[in-house]
Amino acid sequence: MLQIKEHMRVNKLPHIWCPGCGDGTVAKSMIQAIQKLKYDKDNVTVVTGIGCSSRMNNIMDYNTFQTTHGRAIAYATGFKMAKPEMKVIVVTGDGDGAGIGGNHLIHAARRNIDLTVILINNYIFGMTGGQFSPLTPHGDIASTSIYKNIEYPFDICKLVEGAGATYIARGTAYHYALTEKLISKALEHKGFSFVEVITQCPTAYGKRNKMGDPYDLLMWQKDHAVPVEQVSKFSQEELEDKFIIGEILVRNDRTEFIEANEQLKERARSIKGGAGK
Amino acid sequence: MKSKAGTVRFMQGNEAVAEAAIAAGVKIFAGYPITPASEISEIMSIRLPQEDGIYIQMEDELASMGAIIGASMGGKKSMTATSGPGFSLMQENLGFAAMVEIPCLIVDVMRVGPASGMPTHPSQGDVMQSRWGTHGDHPMVVLSPATVTEAYNLTVEAINISEKLRTPVILLSDAIVGHLKEKIEVPEKVKLINRKMTRQPAEKYLPFATGEDCIPEFAERGQDGYRYHMCSNVHNELGFPNDSGHDAAERMLKRIHRKIEIHQDEITFYNTFDVEDAEILIIAYGCVTRSAKDAVKTLRQEGIKAGLLQLQTIWPFPDKIVRRFTANVKTVVVPEMNLGQLISEVRLNSCAEVVGLNRADGLVISPQAIIDKVKEVK
Repeated sequence: MLQIKEHMRVNKLPHIWCPGCGDGTVAKSMIQAIQKLKYDKDNVTVVTGIGCSSRMNNIMDYNTFQTTHGRAIAYATGFKMAKPEMKVIVVTGDGDGAGIGGNHLIHAARRNIDLTVILINNYIFGMTGGQFSPLTPHGDIASTSIYKNIEYPFDICKLVEGAGATYIARGTAYHYALTEKLISKALEHKGFSFVEVITQCPTAYGKRNKMGDPYDLLMWQKDHAVPVEQVSKFSQEELEDKFIIGEILVRNDRTEFIEANEQLKERARSIKGGAGK
Repeated sequence: MKSKAGTVRFMQGNEAVAEAAIAAGVKIFAGYPITPASEISEIMSIRLPQEDGIYIQMEDELASMGAIIGASMGGKKSMTATSGPGFSLMQENLGFAAMVEIPCLIVDVMRVGPASGMPTHPSQGDVMQSRWGTHGDHPMVVLSPATVTEAYNLTVEAINISEKLRTPVILLSDAIVGHLKEKIEVPEKVKLINRKMTRQPAEKYLPFATGEDCIPEFAERGQDGYRYHMCSNVHNELGFPNDSGHDAAERMLKRIHRKIEIHQDEITFYNTFDVEDAEILIIAYGCVTRSAKDAVKTLRQEGIKAGLLQLQTIWPFPDKIVRRFTANVKTVVVPEMNLGQLISEVRLNSCAEVVGLNRADGLVISPQAIIDKVKEVK
């Protein structure tokens, strides 16, 4: 078993995350998944946007791009078209991926382009100081909702399902071994794969909502997670304040975008001179 | 811009851009529909797959710009095409391309703005947006064609400049040039420039270190250990955020400007007509050049010593050229299809008095309007 530091830029440590942050746990799950799949580091690209999640690839020894807020999926789409042989992973957050970058998430899922998007959901805009995000629960306290959040969050996994993603899963920082397995399966899936990972932000979210220390926040994840295999054992009412973890959807009925382009090129070549001239 | 004469075609300006881009090696086009630029997308969707390239229709212009930067980071020549509203949406990522030194081509086929403006009448309203649209201090190279032939040739130049200088380049076209059909000789072959590749082994490679030319070297990813970082923060020579070093930040920002400045002469394109003994000099760019050329012809027939300086490169502003050609004239007339944008730069550099002729109502500036203006200021 490789040490994770063999896939890290250890000279870039310390990282910028607060003590108790879940992002490092996700980084470890991700690196271990890549190591166990024996991917060549040269052949892995990690694209991020802006926010706490975006600083993950600074410390990872892969091809790494940290782009603009919300646009990592768009950059990754272009990169994948140029380098289809590479494993391209986008790491994003609930603000970056479900807020400002939500449109790109929808359309990458719809295209079924072979990207793996890992959306770290800590329920808050952490880096900017704790403003509510599109996934902050209704009624919660944030630096811009001290009178309680009047907006409603949404299920990001259901959104990408509606958009046509062909692999969807959810893990948590607490269930780090499961998260590693889900990331691994997402990476091996040909087509658009999406893994939401629920994590804790003790600094900008947990403290304001009096949820305790990082340990308590991890226990909250444990207590509110329902493994997908056990969903049928719960009533709708019981599921209301819970979330499902595990493999939510796998489908293989859609051609992957780059592969579809290769087929399209064949058709284009067969009518060359007949079209567009 | 010399090339062997090739096939004679009857071609639209937008089509010339698309064909030139393919000839210059563009392999990936990402775009979003907008009039009057959509033909470029449509033609690329047909032609690129025939050339082993990919056309992708993105969900918006922010995504288009992100995708072409990503494609170029992957080593492929890439481009997008849009008009004013879409160009506004591209600005943040355009700044990324300037700062992270990613070659790519952005075609803006201008229409009347602001907002939806007058869809889709022609305008030259994006001159300042093309220079200063993104936030912060950044260099920008902008070329502006007046004919279908120029649309072809300047597209090739734009792609070559972007590759050579590792910078985004904007082709500022307009609804007239974009939709105009003219005779064009499509060259058999065009001059091709590819970005400079590093010879440093991965362990010694510094992705943002440069020599005197101020241009960083590119490394192909996916092999030999070139796993470098590129980020949107002000960065050091390794490409990592430079949170504390203000000197390094200033060095980086000044270098990306200097990179363009020291190559200014070779990226400055212009044409002159009857300037030798001119007393009144018209300085025009883009579609207005066509009316200006016609006006000069008529004025000369009437014995009025008028001349024309056409700027094909508008940014970086050809300051030396303007100083040179205004040194011996009495008055300079700057006709623009906007309320006066490039005229400010002309004023800063002109040796003679500068007068504007403007209209921003979606109609062209006619040769007669220019003739009248010249006679008025003569």
